[in-house]
Amino acid sequence: MLQKLAPLLIFIVLVVFLGIGLTLDPREIPSPLINKPMPVFSLLQLKESDKTLSSTDFLNEVSLFNVWASWCVACRSEHPVLLDLSRTGVVNIYGLNYKDKREEALRWLDYYGDPYTKSAHDLNGKLGIDFGVYGVPETFIIDHKGIIRYKHIGPITEDILKNKLLPIIEQLKAVGL
Amino acid sequence: MKISLVYGLIFFLIALSSSVNAADDPLEFTNPAQEQRYTVLIEGLRCLVCQNQSLADSNADLAQDLRQEVYRLLIEGDNNEDIIKYLVARYGDFVLYRPPFKSTTYLLWLAPVIFLIIGICITILLIRKQQFHALNEEEQEVADQILNEDLLGNKK
Repeated sequence: MLQKLAPLLIFIVLVVFLGIGLTLDPREIPSPLINKPMPVFSLLQLKESDKTLSSTDFLNEVSLFNVWASWCVACRSEHPVLLDLSRTGVVNIYGLNYKDKREEALRWLDYYGDPYTKSAHDLNGKLGIDFGVYGVPETFIIDHKGIIRYKHIGPITEDILKNKLLPIIEQLKAVGL
Repeated sequence: MKISLVYGLIFFLIALSSSVNAADDPLEFTNPAQEQRYTVLIEGLRCLVCQNQSLADSNADLAQDLRQEVYRLLIEGDNNEDIIKYLVARYGDFVLYRPPFKSTTYLLWLAPVIFLIIGICITILLIRKQQFHALNEEEQEVADQILNEDLLGNKK
């Protein structure tokens, strides 16, 4: 009896494992930076190129740090979501303009709108490497102590914002009070 | 006339492709051992964009940047462990083709051994099942009879 059923059982186990494999996204690599202080940095800002955005600016409030570029197509799809979010004022959004020419980045913001309180201009992608960025767009949630609490890889959709990011932000804000 | 045009086009394309490939500037090393270390390092590190390619193989922008970082650290005098630590701190164990043996990778490392043991167990069970039991007298007689006949059934 068992011998006859064995191939079927093995088949079912295989299907279950392959099924689980199909639901995983191999592009999502867990970041080792979660729950660690953000890298210390100070970079020139995109708009006011004589001023800097530095890691200390993130202290005392919960913020998003969104990695974007004008050459990044997926950034365009998440852009309206970020614009809406910036209008609600729920959370500070800082931008990390990644490997982009200043003029092109500024033109992009002019055209599509600017949801960022400030954007840092990371021309050579050095800060991107410090943050472990490997695919733009990426978004970090940083708590009021400057600790990275969450990383989202890929464009933010309304669904992801509502069901994943906002609950974390609310929770962090409650702790920070 | 036409043929020379085609040749011209081919040369143009070859020139173009080589200029595309030359994205990395030639690197200068102080000694061959250093260059050797660089090569080993970038071949053992995985590109995060094209995940089945090493930093050495990948043409991705990020791979280029990370190659440059490895080169910079190497020239600054960091040893191999420092450089690997630098990348793992940013990108996690995923950048390593040879992940470390720790709690999250026990299964990964031990799975081959576990499967081997399971296989050996199954083989032993199957072989045991096939073992012959000793024949009693009656069975021995029948067996002898069969053995004493030739293929056509004639007694020897």
